[in-house]
Amino acid sequence: MAEKDTYLIDGSNRRWFLKQSSALTGLLLAPPLVATSAQSTQRQPTVPPSGKRAITLRINKKTYKIDVEPRETLLDVLRERLDLTGTKKGCDHGQCGACTVHVDGRQSNACLMLAVMHQHQEITTIEGLAPSKSQLHPLQAAFVKHDGYQCGFCTPGQIMSGVAIIRQGHANSPDEIREWMSGNICRCAAYRGIVEAIGSVQKEGKTV
Amino acid sequence: MAKKLIGDPIDRIDGTQKVTGSARYSADVKRPGLVHGVLVMSTVANGTIQTLDTTETLRLPGILAVMSHTNAPKLGGMDKNKSGETASDRVLHVFQDNLVHYNNQPIAMVIADTFEQAVEGASLVRVTYATEPVKPGLPTSTDKPLTPPRLPRVDDQVDTTRGDVKKGMAGAASTLEATYKTPTQFHNALEPHAVLSFWEGDKLTMYTTTQGISGYQKRVAELFGMPKENVRVITQYLGGGFGSKGTTFSQAMLGPMAAKLVGKPVKLVLKREHMFGMVGSRSATVQTMNVGATADGQLTAMTHDTLAQTSAFDEFMEPAGTITRMLYACPNLATTHKFIKANVGSTSPMRAPGEAPGVFALECAIDEMADKLKIDPLQFRLKNYAEEDPHRNRPFSSKSLRECYQQGADQFGWSKRAKQPRATRDGNYLVGMGMATTVYPVNRGESTAMVRLNTDGTVRLETGTQDLGTGTFTIMNQLAAEVLGLSPDQVTLGAGDSKYPEAVGSGGSRTTVTTGSAVTQAAQEVLKKAKKMAYSDKKSPLYAVAEAEIEAKNGRLESKSDPKKGESFTSLLKRNGNKPIEATTLSKSGAEKETHSMSAFGAIFVEVRVDEALGEVRISRMLGNIAAGKIVNAKTAKSQILGGMVWGVSMALHEYAALDTRNARIMNPNLAEYHVPVNADIRDIDAIFIDEADETVNPAGVKGIGEIGIVGTVSAIANAIYHATGKRHYDLPITVEKLIG
Amino acid sequence: MKSFDYVQASQPADALRLIGAAPSSRFIAGGTNLVDLIKYEVENPGTLVDISQLPLTKIEKTATGIRIGALARNSDVAANKLIASQFPLLSEALLAGASPQLRNMATMGGNLLQRTRCNYFYDPSQPCNKRAPGSGCGAIGGYNRIHAILGASPQCIATNPSDMNVALSALDAVVQISGPNGNRSVPVIDFHRLPGDTPQKDSVLEPDELIVAIDLPTPKNAGKSHYLKVRDRASYAFAIISVAARLAVDGGVIREARLALGGVAHKPWRLVAVENQLIGKPATDATFQAAARQLLAGAQPHEHNAFKIKLAQSAIVRALQTVA
Repeated sequence: MAEKDTYLIDGSNRRWFLKQSSALTGLLLAPPLVATSAQSTQRQPTVPPSGKRAITLRINKKTYKIDVEPRETLLDVLRERLDLTGTKKGCDHGQCGACTVHVDGRQSNACLMLAVMHQHQEITTIEGLAPSKSQLHPLQAAFVKHDGYQCGFCTPGQIMSGVAIIRQGHANSPDEIREWMSGNICRCAAYRGIVEAIGSVQKEGKTV
Repeated sequence: MAKKLIGDPIDRIDGTQKVTGSARYSADVKRPGLVHGVLVMSTVANGTIQTLDTTETLRLPGILAVMSHTNAPKLGGMDKNKSGETASDRVLHVFQDNLVHYNNQPIAMVIADTFEQAVEGASLVRVTYATEPVKPGLPTSTDKPLTPPRLPRVDDQVDTTRGDVKKGMAGAASTLEATYKTPTQFHNALEPHAVLSFWEGDKLTMYTTTQGISGYQKRVAELFGMPKENVRVITQYLGGGFGSKGTTFSQAMLGPMAAKLVGKPVKLVLKREHMFGMVGSRSATVQTMNVGATADGQLTAMTHDTLAQTSAFDEFMEPAGTITRMLYACPNLATTHKFIKANVGSTSPMRAPGEAPGVFALECAIDEMADKLKIDPLQFRLKNYAEEDPHRNRPFSSKSLRECYQQGADQFGWSKRAKQPRATRDGNYLVGMGMATTVYPVNRGESTAMVRLNTDGTVRLETGTQDLGTGTFTIMNQLAAEVLGLSPDQVTLGAGDSKYPEAVGSGGSRTTVTTGSAVTQAAQEVLKKAKKMAYSDKKSPLYAVAEAEIEAKNGRLESKSDPKKGESFTSLLKRNGNKPIEATTLSKSGAEKETHSMSAFGAIFVEVRVDEALGEVRISRMLGNIAAGKIVNAKTAKSQILGGMVWGVSMALHEYAALDTRNARIMNPNLAEYHVPVNADIRDIDAIFIDEADETVNPAGVKGIGEIGIVGTVSAIANAIYHATGKRHYDLPITVEKLIG
Repeated sequence: MKSFDYVQASQPADALRLIGAAPSSRFIAGGTNLVDLIKYEVENPGTLVDISQLPLTKIEKTATGIRIGALARNSDVAANKLIASQFPLLSEALLAGASPQLRNMATMGGNLLQRTRCNYFYDPSQPCNKRAPGSGCGAIGGYNRIHAILGASPQCIATNPSDMNVALSALDAVVQISGPNGNRSVPVIDFHRLPGDTPQKDSVLEPDELIVAIDLPTPKNAGKSHYLKVRDRASYAFAIISVAARLAVDGGVIREARLALGGVAHKPWRLVAVENQLIGKPATDATFQAAARQLLAGAQPHEHNAFKIKLAQSAIVRALQTVA
């Protein structure tokens, strides 16, 4: 793989970003998997500055407490505030599918969702799909095997849609997969690999 | 040494990062104190900015600055801001004056603490203009066509003639004249152009979206008027480019200028609607073909006249006629290129620039002539097969087009094709088959690669290339590993950063040809040194063995005739000072450039179903048979060809800029109305590589494959639609209104 | 995107109170259209009243048919067994629209109010009487491929982009509305309006009114139905032309007919007189062609959309053939 030193942020110094962000915007990050009830935060009674709202988001089974403006989309909150950049912004208008996440299990375009409207729903992003750091989700592995991508930019959205349609029973034939995956544009046009990857996982009958 | 012509279909080395979302593209990078820039675009196509009122914007919270021609940092290298020798040097709009040359041109940037603040701020900048009459471009322009100063490839002549076209036409039993129109197209990589810039003193670092790290570094440095060593350019992951990231466009300067103005790291990401103008386009063309042939199907003469558009401030020419010069053995031939100037954003290279629109015209005309002569279109092409390059009068380094035709026809079932058009019906559908030749020249630039064989037997490879999604990073490792007899996972790669040795820009299918050759040569140099170390070392089992008798295999050097005789790299290096062996090689074209003609060739076969009542066309089957020298990785290469073929579908059936000719504004600047194919548009599609050994073309033995997929597909589809319906289409894209019977 | 205030309603009565309390406020539920329009600076609400949590998501049988809550998701309605078995036309139309992601987000009430895709409406730098009354119509004399050929006005040639609305029109659906002065019912065919001199008004819904449900009456005669959509790509594209057709045929004779056209006008295009004329006629191509001609009578094309006249007629005939 390409050299590791080229990122200014990697696993180890990701923390300072969140800290920095917190100083700027009042973000409070609950420790992973620790449920934080609204009453337990000290900031509860105070009104956030300049029209901001204190909201609670459930993302990848973690609880995030964060102040947002009503106009902040879930996509921008994920990417700019929580550094969950696996979800991509391709068009910002619901026209490409690169921002697809699951909201209570449904594939949805994060670019057209206001974060403030999606509290207390279970949001899953590409970062929350794999069972563990060392193990890929079966569809992630299938995308690698079948080359269901080229540049990889649409890939997180494709995989989130792919998992959803397998779970929903819309992946029973290549034509059905093609139709139900049509909300995710791949400009590199790896459509054949995408259909093969989803079809292979569906056929194997693995729990996804 | 017998090398594999079709390389292992190994998984991409960055696959895990891409499927888990951990791959950081340029817009994903963070910096402490990062602020956000959002562009303000012009809403007129020609004129001058009279007032640019930022009062309302500056009243908002979080706004740091509004950068425009009134306050932008002055650039020291603006004398270099002109149409350059290479296709990637285009004229930029970097707020140095108040001129507007096209609708949707960047004219200001709002910089704010948050993205939301910057977006709102940009919406509140009030601009007034003094406007001039608008030149809307093709096909409505009535301006006088001009002869361009050059074509993008410097060794391509603008106009050519050979033989005597008049005589050739006079001697033809059948002649054909047809005019083909192609629209303005936009690349629309799924990743919007992004640039994160920050200054440390006079040193600039940019995380950015570029297909050419080295060229980008040079261009930014020269426009700032500073040494290129002061600019570091990083593109770790690139979300597609297709040419729009090959040219260093305006955002490359506007980002670091803003960072300088506010003294903070600035992230500038283009909105999707900004990608319809300022980051290039495929020029609209109007092409006229004349073809003459004898009754038994010998071409006697051809002309191909291209009219393209270029922007009012630039001189890029879409080189649509170059393939016509060399594809068929036609004795009398003339090609011309002209452009008109228009108030449009830069026209620029887009996947197979010239070849894609040009071969659409050529291969549709060939198909129509075959039909006129009542000769099978594949037979007609074989009758005019060019054994040598008729334009350059040189042999081909290799050409396996005949094999592509043959195998493709067999696999596709071409012999079952109805002799007459409009002869096959299935329910509401008319069914047709079409084919076309596809071709792409071998373009080789200059690249440097460093290969280091470490004492633990692993290899470090460094070269300043980038991976657009083509698989470059994976392939470079494979090439180095193959030379050194290692598994690719024993190679680590340093790339995607201008701190590595300079490598060619990834455009014109150059990367594997050029950088792949550099990697191959550097690895060969390391191997040579290792062999020498072995046969000169009395303690080595290979002492005094002839160099040619030694080969690298499984991390060892061993005797070809007696594989047991040999030793691992590790033991060899340990005994010899325990130091790595390293080689850095600059690779570029040699004599073959003067002695041979070099191109990849292929054949595309398509079956379409047309519902005339509803104007609906569906592509039921597509097959590409490609001969492109050695294929390094069968898996990523196939994806490249399939992707190119889908681009052919897109050009044939979907893409066009919807222009309001009154104000030269693009009215479909989004992915809902600028259509590219979705998954449901692509059904049975396949690509097959033909074995082709080419020792001449370059040290890696490869030809580029990034563009050849699109080139012939466009005309193959148009020809299939003709075969289905009996109606020829000369005007792209072939949409509903053109298909309803 | 300008800043806006945000409040959440938990009951319809709250929603009505909140929408009346703040100037330039808008309801938001799925957000698929409104958030998009806010990003393009077409809509600039001062306050969003979030109605997504109102208990209006049920799909239930009533004495006369089926009632669909206004906040039921498009995807849930399309997959609902009652709908799929009794009103497959609606399922078909919903599944022909947008993408799985958008259908998961979009609500029925929101889809009724989906705004036009007119290129000029979406570009605030351009004139548009619908977005900025009095500024003119950019599409007339401009790029007008997707625009109306029927029922347009010199002020506006926009089309309604919804697939669902075309099906609802052909299903004689009725919109249930709550407002500050009580409840009212409006048939879908009267819900959307033609542009006339006030193209800024897409429908008869007042800004302080809330759609609470859509009623689907059980048709008198069981018959067959079909939603035919012609579009530029095989999926995820707006209709160029669409047809929602319902036909009850008995012994080769038409007993009941409903025919609605999408992509041609500011509202789903239905002519009840044409449908009535079909009753008693033989279900033949000649009958269908005559109906198609009548439905398109008086069509007025623009520079880029003349093809829609022929295409719409072909599509009507094809749809009727399919259900005959």
